[in-house]
Formats: sequence, structure tokens, C-alpha cells
Amino acid sequence: MNRIFSFFVALVLSLSATASSAEVKIQEVTSEGGITAWLVQENSIPFVALEIWFQGGASLDVPEKRGAINLMTALLEEGAADMDARAFAAARDSLAATIRFDVSDDSLQVSSRFLTENRDEALALLKTALTQPRFDQAAIDRVRKQVLSSIASEAQDPNSIAGNTFSALAHGDHPYATSSDGTAETVTALTRDDLLEAKARAMARDRVFVGVAGDISADELRPLLDELLGDLPAEGAPMPDAAPFNLSGGVTVVPFDVPQSVALFGHRGIEQDDEDFFAAFLLNTVLGANGFQSRLMSEVREKRGLTYGIGSFLVPKDHIPLYLGQVASANDRIAEAIEVTKSEWAKLAENGVTEDELTRAKTYLTGSYPLRFDGNGTIANIMVGMQLSDLPIDYIPTRNDQINAVTLDDVNRVARELLRPDDLHFVVVGQPVGLETTN
Amino acid sequence: MRLILAAIAVVCSVVSLNADTLIKDNVTSFELDNGLEVVVIQDTRAPVVVHMLWYRAGAADEPPGKSGIAHFLEHLLFKGTDDMAAGEFSQVVAANGGSDNAFTSWDYTAYFQRVASDRLELMMKMESDRMRDLQLTQEDVLTERNVVIEERNQRTENDPGALFSEQRRAAQYLNHPYAVPIIGWMHEIEQLNMDDAMAFYRRFYAPNNAVLVVAGDVEPEAVKTLAQTYYGVLEPTENLPERARPAEPPQLSERRLVLEDPRVAQPYVIRTYLAPERDAGAQEDAAALRILSEVLGGDGASSYLGRKLQFENSDAVYTGAFYSGTSLDDTTFGVVMVPAPGISLPDAEEKLDAAIHGFLQDGVDSDVLDRIKTQIRASEIYARDDVNGLANTYGQALTSGLTIQDVQDWPAILDAVTEDDIMAAARSLFSDRNKAVTGYLTKPEPEQAEVVQ
Repeated sequence: MNRIFSFFVALVLSLSATASSAEVKIQEVTSEGGITAWLVQENSIPFVALEIWFQGGASLDVPEKRGAINLMTALLEEGAADMDARAFAAARDSLAATIRFDVSDDSLQVSSRFLTENRDEALALLKTALTQPRFDQAAIDRVRKQVLSSIASEAQDPNSIAGNTFSALAHGDHPYATSSDGTAETVTALTRDDLLEAKARAMARDRVFVGVAGDISADELRPLLDELLGDLPAEGAPMPDAAPFNLSGGVTVVPFDVPQSVALFGHRGIEQDDEDFFAAFLLNTVLGANGFQSRLMSEVREKRGLTYGIGSFLVPKDHIPLYLGQVASANDRIAEAIEVTKSEWAKLAENGVTEDELTRAKTYLTGSYPLRFDGNGTIANIMVGMQLSDLPIDYIPTRNDQINAVTLDDVNRVARELLRPDDLHFVVVGQPVGLETTN
Repeated sequence: MRLILAAIAVVCSVVSLNADTLIKDNVTSFELDNGLEVVVIQDTRAPVVVHMLWYRAGAADEPPGKSGIAHFLEHLLFKGTDDMAAGEFSQVVAANGGSDNAFTSWDYTAYFQRVASDRLELMMKMESDRMRDLQLTQEDVLTERNVVIEERNQRTENDPGALFSEQRRAAQYLNHPYAVPIIGWMHEIEQLNMDDAMAFYRRFYAPNNAVLVVAGDVEPEAVKTLAQTYYGVLEPTENLPERARPAEPPQLSERRLVLEDPRVAQPYVIRTYLAPERDAGAQEDAAALRILSEVLGGDGASSYLGRKLQFENSDAVYTGAFYSGTSLDDTTFGVVMVPAPGISLPDAEEKLDAAIHGFLQDGVDSDVLDRIKTQIRASEIYARDDVNGLANTYGQALTSGLTIQDVQDWPAILDAVTEDDIMAAARSLFSDRNKAVTGYLTKPEPEQAEVVQ
């Protein structure tokens, strides 16, 4: 029973890319074949953490094959080369290696860790999964059932319903509009050929980013990059276009029989490469960031006891930046929670933050900066995130200075531009009292 | 395939092997004169420290009728003291670039901050202050009670899987307070008040009922000096009662229950058996059960249940076995099966039982056991990368009746488990259905369409 509920872990992940520690020394390692990795060598524990991320992710699905990349990703560890699924698992476990595959809207993520003592064998095994997955029919059928079960469960989960409804209303015919899991219909129809095509679309050298941390040197890593990734196709599918944002201010109620209503809300956000991004980041810290005594937490939870958790999030997705928030309150209290939220949004747009709030937000963000780099796995993860966000390799020592350089005028100008209370759209799932869908 | 089914995520918190094992290096411990136990775990790789204070008081220590008071008090500790205003604690942590939170279980309540290591002293100053000097107002208490009600709504009332888990647990324990949910029953949360909170606080929040864990870039001697300065001056509670909860009587009757809820998308069958926990100086039985859970229902592609029910035929979408041995009193061992479409829950239960029966006949696959042992040994290396995880492991163990020695012996005890040990544990566990609760989570049958003559 944690006191504070953490929201949107996956969505805010990209923001962790904006932080790192002055202590961490990143080397750029480029292989003969032209594959680049960022490396932090740390020899004190005899293992390596490796992150390989492919930009594009599930948004590269062909529309009528929605869910193909998700199913394909889940099948990468279900047999490769001469190993079926159980043989692959046995090989992995006998090396005590970890190999995980995940996919989200904007990237496909390969996460691995392996011991120094059997590094070459672990990488050889990982290579088979990346380049020679079998997609056996038995495995396809088995994993497809799991995906279908998951789709059915999401259809009954208020948070998933809120997320899927918001995306559908906001993003038109862009891939972001639909769940990356696909639908029962599209997933049921997927064939082995569809999965092979999905792999070719999503996993290619022209979109791969690599982060490595642990017991390995640049010279050791360099040839391994080509060995591991050199056999992947050079090019994958083109990236999707920019996503539209079709929602205007208002409320959409999705009736669902639960005692507590779940509200997801938002409007358009700000790009991570915008020169005002740090000002927006500070602004959001004051308004609704998790882990900080934000205005929304203070007004909605601490003063009024209307919710267990409320937060707001800058979500700069690859094809549209969003500014989102989430709150959950009993059906007869959600209307008040939404009212207070809108009013805080409006107050901040109009009056801005105070000098004291800005100072506190800066102290918090700059002070927490070095704390994020506390393990090889985390460091590898953050390095790959930085590359996907197109941050320079020498970003680290400049990051706190950029935060500190933001002025009160900057933040309050951005507050007026970015926060648009009348544009906020609330999707409410539950039996909310006193709320109806607006036109 | 690592897809975690939403329906199951709340059912089994499968503890990775990693959390179980750790290295002995860099761990120092001492006790202050007032009874506070201190554990220091040194990791100098990053200039960070986690400061955790664990109380030997959790939901299973609550007085009858006051369910949820341990967790409610945890929320209230973020209100004021004689020295700090309500909310100031977390504000100061944030102003120092840190993060803080707390959590409550049946056997413990823990508070922690993660900060730059040069801020450790400030954390100790504040945490020691709220051990003895909490000051609440009626308004704080009433507002925060609404927050907890919303927390229960969010975690439990909105989720049929969570309601199901709560009902099964209540059936599992006939007399022991592990039957009661940590967050409390709604009708009792609604009545909790300041007196209840302060009574629990005064009784349990004391240096001789707490364990301090400091992990990260720190020197043990420096930690000792600081701990002496801030915690060492606090008065212990005299005559602290022994931690004895109502014990289970012999369980003589199998329990079965069905929860129907229209929000259920994916029905499943799950059974838990009352099982022994890790005991100080005697962890062998628990170690055998821990390995049994891996062999029988760990990774789907390697485990016996996965092989029989997901690979050799496709009766199940998901299978698993789970056991968490770190507990002050008797714990549970569970098995779960999510059937494939078209297989009813009674049929699923029959297939699950047939698979368990098959396992008792076939015994342990020695290759599988070897690989699990390899992973256990490797996890001691991986665990060193996660100092927060190490801090948690010690805090949880020391508030669940175990000692530092037990924690450090655990990997070797796991490694020594034999095939015979596992099978003996399995036979003992599965032989007595009277200690088991079998639950079906399902949706109501659609009403029959009226037959038109």
C-alpha cells in the first residue's frame, strides 16, 4: 500500500532521458559496420546491461494488420534458430541471462543482462532471437491466445478504457488512435507471414539505438555490435506522419459500472526539442508532477481528500506532443475533482507560478538529477532514451545549467501559451454524478 | 513470452529470484542502547543513499475492528510533528532533490527517502522526529481518511480481481489476522479516528520496535554516529508486548468460493494452501517450497505446469505457482490456471490437479533444477546492482522474524535444496486439501433468452 500512486510509468519514461549524472562518463562506440552504441564502462560487478531499442515500435503496423508488431515482439523469445520455445528458455536460463522484448507506440525494446563469464554465449543466443526467430505455428497460436486474453481484460479495465477512448477520439486514423495490441479481429487474422513482415518493418539497422553499461570495454564492445546486429536488414518501414489532435475542450463519459470514476484528460503539449521545453518541464513540476508537492496534489488530495492520486504529464510522443493528466474519485466526487483541476489549470495559465515555487521546482529537479544513475540497468536505459530523444552525448553536464537558466518570465510566458483550460478534454469512465458528455 | 495478463497481475506477486539472494559483503549492523537495530549496506558507485525506517508493526498487529489503522497511520505520518507542519516533511525532501514514500504490509510499516548521500543527516533528523512527536489535527485526520477511502476504491473496489483476492484470504485464515486486508475493510476504514491512530502510534512507533536500514554511498562509522545523535536519544517503549498474533487452529475443512462479477473478462481458477514461512535458523522447508514454486510454476516455458498445460496441450493461457516465504507467521503457497477459451473452470481445475498429480509422480527434472540453481548463484551478482533491492530485502526480513544471518544464509540454503527435498515439500503441501482455499473468478452466466413457443 504505497502512499503515492505512480502514474504513467511507461509514458514518462522518455522524460528520464533529460536527466543524468555528472559522474557518468559516456563513450560513443562505433563499429566497422557503422552501428553506434553509448557505453558506460563500470567493472565493479561482473555483468553487462544492454539495451537495444528500435525507433518506430508498434506505430509501424500496417493498419489492417494492427497488433502484428506486438504479437511478433512477444514471439521473439518463443524459439529461434534450431531451438523451440522451451529450448530457447533453457539455453537462456542455463546462462543465467535475461532477455526481454517489449514494444510501445514509439519503440521496440530489447533488454538484456548477462554475466561476464559467459558473455559471448549470451550474445550469440540473443543474436538468434534478433535475427532468426522461428515464429512456429504452435508458438503463434499459444501466444495469440495470451494477447487475446489481454485484449479482453483491457476492455473491462477502467484505466485502459479511458486511455483507449482518449486516443481514439484524439488521433483520427493515425496508429496512435488504436491500441498497439490490435483488436480481437485483427489479431485472430494474423499469419506467420504477417509476423515476418512486421519484423522487417520494425527491426532494422536504420533505427537502432544501443546503450551498454557494465563490465565491458569499448574495444570489446565494438566488434560485438556488428556481430549482434549486422545481419539485420538495413532499412525498415517509413515512420508514420504527424498525428492529429482532434479533441476540443469538453467531457466524454463512458458509462461503466464501477464505484470510482477514472478521468484521463489533456490537450496538445510541447515538443521535447522546443527551446521552451525546460520551462514547460518546470511549469509541470509545479502543476502536477509526481514526487513533488504539486498544486494538483495539494488542492485535490491534501486539502479536499478527493482522490488518492492526481498528476499531470508532459508526454512528447514522436508524432505529437501531449499534455495529459489523470485522476480517480468516487462517482459522486469526480465532478468536484474535475472542477478543481480545471480551475488550477486556469489559475496557473493566468497568474503563473511564484518565484518561490520556481525555486523549489529547480532545487528538486537539479537535486534529483544525479540520483537516477544508480545501477547498470538504469544507466543503459537512460542512455538509449537520450539517443532516441536526439540529445547530444555531452548533454549531461549541461542539463542542470539549462534548468537553472530558465527565468520566471519564461515559465509564466509558457504557462500562458501551453496551459489552455478551455481546451482540456476529460474522458471519464464510471458512473459519474453530475457529468455528461458534451458536444 | 513475458506478456503479463492483466487479470493475473494482482493475483500473484511473483518474486524474482533476484530479490531473494544477495551478497554478504559491505553489510554492517549494530544496535543502539535504546534497542534500535541498524543495518548499513555500502555501495559507493553513485553518490546516493536510501534511508529506510522499518517498524515491526503492520496490519496483522491491529486491534480487532480497527482494520486499516496501520496503513492509515502511515498516511498520517506525513502530517505534522511538534517541529514540522503538515506536508513539510516531503517538501523538505523534494527541496533537497530527494524522493520519499512509505508502505504498509501485514508485518511491517516502512518509510524511506532516496537522497544525495550528503543529505543523510537531514533525513535522520526528520525521520527520528516523527517517530515520537507526531501531532495531528482533526481536519488532517478526516481529510486523509477520504484519501484512504479513494485509495481503497482505486485498488480494490474498482477491480474484481482484488476483491476476489481479499475474499480468498479471508477464507484462508480462520483465526489469524492475515485474513484482514492491509488497507482495511471499507466499513471499518470509514470509522477510523485520531484516537485509533494515536493509540497504534504510541504503542508501536519506538526505537526498540524499529529497524533502520541505510544503503548507498556511506561509511558505516559515520552512519553510527548520526544514528546515535538522532535516534539514540529517543526513549524506548517499556514493556513492549511480544509479537504474538492469534494462531490458526487445525484447518479441518476445505474451502471453496466463487466470485461472480460482470467486469471479469478472463475467468481463472486459483488455489492457495496454508504453508510454513521462513523461520529464524530454520529456513530449509521454506527454501524447498521456494524452489518448488519455480520448478512447478515459474517461467512458463520451463516449469512443469507450463509444459503440461501450455505446451504439451493448449488447455491454459497462463499457469503459475507462487510462494512468498518472508512472513512472520504461516504464509501460503498458490497455484493458478487461466484456462483457454472453451474450457470451463471446473474442467480447468481438474486439469490443474491432474498436472499436479503428474508432477508428484514424475518428480523434478534435474536439468530444470540445475538451471534454477545457476540462476540463483548469478542473482547474487545481479543483486549487487540494486542497492534499493538489498535494503528492502534486509528490512523486510528483519521485521518478519528473521536475522541478518538468516538473510545471508538464504542463498546457500536455496542452493542446497535437493530433488528429494522438493518432492517431500510438494507431497506434504498437496496432500492436505483441508488447508486449501480454491477460488473461481468468473462472470455471471448471461440470462437465458426467453423461449418463444
